[in-house]
Amino acid sequence: MTSMSKPFIDKHLPKNKLGLSVRNYEGVMSTLCAGCGHDSVTAALVQAFWELDLAPESAAKVSGIGCSSKTTAYFMGQSHGINCVHGRMPSVATGANAANGDLNYIGISGDGDSLSIGFGQFAHSIRRNLNMLYILENNGVYGLTKGQFSAAADYGSKSKKGIENDQMPIDPCVQALTLGAGFVARAFSGDKTQLVPLIKAGLKHKGFALIDVISPCVTFNDHAGSTKSYAHTYKYYHPLVHTDFVAHADEVTGAYDQDGAMRVTMQDGGELFLRKTESDYDPRDRAQAIETLLMNKTEGEIRTGLLYLNSDLPDMQAANKLPKTPLNQVPYESLTPGKAALAKLQARYR
Amino acid sequence: MKDLVDVSGEVRVNDFVIKIGNVNGTGSASANGLLMKAIFRMGVPVVGKNLFPSNIQGLPTWYEIRLTKDGYMARSGTAEFIVAMNAETYKQDLADVSPGGFLLYDSTWPRPDLHARADVTAIGVPLARLVNAAFDNARTRVLMKNMAYVGAVAGLTGLDVEVIHNLVKEMFGTKEHLIDANMKAIGLGLDYVREHFADPLPLRIEPMDKTAGHIMIDGNTAAALGCVYAGATFGAWYPITPSTSLMDGFKAFCETFRVDPETGEKNFCIIQGEDELASVGMAIGAGWNGARAFTPTSGPGISLMSEFIGFAYYGEVPVVLFDVQRAGPSTGLPTRTQQCDITLAAYASHGDTKHILLFPANPKECFEMAVQSFDIAERFQAPVFFMTDLDIGMNDWMIPELEWDDSYQPDRGKVLSADEIDKLEKFYRYEDRDGDAIPWRTLPGTHPKGAYFTRGSGHNWKGGYTEDSDEYKEVLDRLTTKWENAANAVPAPVITRCGQPARRAIISVGGCDGAVLEALDRFAENGVNLDYLRLRGFPFNAEVDAFIAAYDEVFVVEQNRDGQLRSLLVNETEAPKHKLVSILDYAGMAANPKFIIEGISAHLEALGDVA
Repeated sequence: MTSMSKPFIDKHLPKNKLGLSVRNYEGVMSTLCAGCGHDSVTAALVQAFWELDLAPESAAKVSGIGCSSKTTAYFMGQSHGINCVHGRMPSVATGANAANGDLNYIGISGDGDSLSIGFGQFAHSIRRNLNMLYILENNGVYGLTKGQFSAAADYGSKSKKGIENDQMPIDPCVQALTLGAGFVARAFSGDKTQLVPLIKAGLKHKGFALIDVISPCVTFNDHAGSTKSYAHTYKYYHPLVHTDFVAHADEVTGAYDQDGAMRVTMQDGGELFLRKTESDYDPRDRAQAIETLLMNKTEGEIRTGLLYLNSDLPDMQAANKLPKTPLNQVPYESLTPGKAALAKLQARYR
Repeated sequence: MKDLVDVSGEVRVNDFVIKIGNVNGTGSASANGLLMKAIFRMGVPVVGKNLFPSNIQGLPTWYEIRLTKDGYMARSGTAEFIVAMNAETYKQDLADVSPGGFLLYDSTWPRPDLHARADVTAIGVPLARLVNAAFDNARTRVLMKNMAYVGAVAGLTGLDVEVIHNLVKEMFGTKEHLIDANMKAIGLGLDYVREHFADPLPLRIEPMDKTAGHIMIDGNTAAALGCVYAGATFGAWYPITPSTSLMDGFKAFCETFRVDPETGEKNFCIIQGEDELASVGMAIGAGWNGARAFTPTSGPGISLMSEFIGFAYYGEVPVVLFDVQRAGPSTGLPTRTQQCDITLAAYASHGDTKHILLFPANPKECFEMAVQSFDIAERFQAPVFFMTDLDIGMNDWMIPELEWDDSYQPDRGKVLSADEIDKLEKFYRYEDRDGDAIPWRTLPGTHPKGAYFTRGSGHNWKGGYTEDSDEYKEVLDRLTTKWENAANAVPAPVITRCGQPARRAIISVGGCDGAVLEALDRFAENGVNLDYLRLRGFPFNAEVDAFIAAYDEVFVVEQNRDGQLRSLLVNETEAPKHKLVSILDYAGMAANPKFIIEGISAHLEALGDVA
């Protein structure tokens, strides 16, 4: 984690509707290993925010502890970030969201942070349908402590020292589906063309949006025998659902209706187009999504894309009937019952 | 007609204890509450203590009502009149009656053994028989037996039945049949004792005028009301005895005062977390984002929250933690009171951490200090611990009516607005611009120039990550100064002087206050001169040091085994260790003056001294 800023030169770069270049959406310099999958996710986030024309201060970045959690410093430097304790990012995001639901909450976590120490908070933030984009940068190992298996490591996958993992993995997408998440996606850090639209769609989904990104660790888990290496992922991954996201309805052209693409209007704006690559897969069918993921596990396939979408669930803000004015901006006068009410209230205690 | 024997020969008016022994889950709480409220309505000051088990149904429970014409606030530690409704505890109840006292029991099943003590008068009233003859339904009979003993107690002590009638009417509102049924049950007990016993007891309840301008309220409810008046908008919690009623109260008040009648929108958010770790994390997230946020819990919750508490301390995020203390260690006695989290809270979390603590002594202070806690948390950008306990939190206390000043404005601390940020050349989160060790903060989304990164890892005054020793130390040292400066922001100690030259004094805290004040009266009567300082906040201010310096010896009265407050005084003041003498009560019961008088007297006797 560094505070080194990059030189800022952007006069030749294209500008978005706010007159900003992608450089305006960057953060400080990454200190992750060269080639780390996480840096590709960071770049995709920058791209997605820029393409959506979102104000750079409109994000609130939340994370826990680990290599992935560090990356919240590397994008959206003009947004607030909070890098809290290991595995507890979802709770901080919950409180922050309750205080002001108008920001774009982006949680960055890893497989250790979400599936071991923070498994409970991961699960319960889904149950609350917290309106946030939750990116799990999944590499199957603990990087900062030098290469221990994580709970996402596949059974039989080999560590750098050649030891086979003898425990069953936790699949965050299966978990999210069983817990009722309305947006469940899997992606690969090596495929930015798939990841950027997924991030845009996830940001516009009103509710909990999980993107489990296979993001190889070049230092501790990129060897032969690992099922989370670049080579393995390139070989076995294939997109199940092709996702396009268009921020403004007026930009929709006829092309999207080809191939029987499914069109979904997002509650927070924008249009989502989902094109199947396998004829019998319906991303609105939760049972099928779970079945497909369980089947993948035995086949060794890594199917990616927006695996499940249900935009009709009320999010935490709606469930709690929170006001249009964010709680952190409600004037004190609307919060205090005042002296007269206190005097009246006390009759019941006399 | 039987004559009741007055063993002691003394008639006591408005100065005795009625203790009711019952079985948990039989609905006795409302009957006991009714008794106490009726005495209060007659103008007689009361102290009520509920001694309940960690159980929903079946285990023994007791309720003590002390009538105290002198207006004392503590238990007396005596039991002049025991209403024994639980055959399982007859033996213990008989043993607990103070000499010369009375024991009322259900004589449907006569128990000659209860007449065994020569200095105690046992009174048999066939409550079950009376109630079974008058009511059909089994559950109704159980509930009405409680009301029947209320009637019996009224008949024996002179408690005004009209006052009881009014309270029953208030309790059931328009449900006439319930009012009638309950008054009928009360009448059964009342008529029986009037017919069968010639005189009322020498324990008399007579009207007074000493409760005007007072209310009966528990500390958790008062603290919840304080949260509402403070403008708290976010609360997260995990259910734990004895803190649960605080969030219940907050929710109920918010439902009354904070819901838009037209849209149904709520100007508050309460989240029941999956555990205490999540609950404090949520409160910290809301505090970071500019909402007044809190979490109510008890000792086990503080243990779980400790990592996050250190994060809020180091990242400088305001949050208020209500610690309704219960007896530990571990699960301990969840329904018994103690002051056993003092050192835990003072230094909660790993690494060098020191926190701000407030110590209310009664529900009135719970209301006032809840408001202060939020002001201090936001002013100092730090976690604030509100250190209450089960006795204060869950028992109804008689206190002066709560007051509110409509000119109050919350102190939101140093938060930069968008305009203010815009005028800055550059914003640095941990820059001590004003030289008071409190930096300015910004809220997410306000302005791109105000963005910063909150982290629990090493950081410098700019908010950037650092592993540089000097930069790291600079922030840590500022945090010490900031904490020290809080000594003058927390409520000042309350000093009570005996008015005579005194070589010794007492320091105490929280719910021990009533017991100490009563003990001081007894000492004064015996010519023992003691001054008294009650701590209300931590860090300690200079007054505490000066107070201790003025005496040869200072007794530190507290409710835990290890003398935690004394440890804190040794650690955080200049007081020499030998000067501070512990008086410890860690039995789990609300404080009473007896242990203080006995403890101090034993110490003085051992010295051959009389202060």
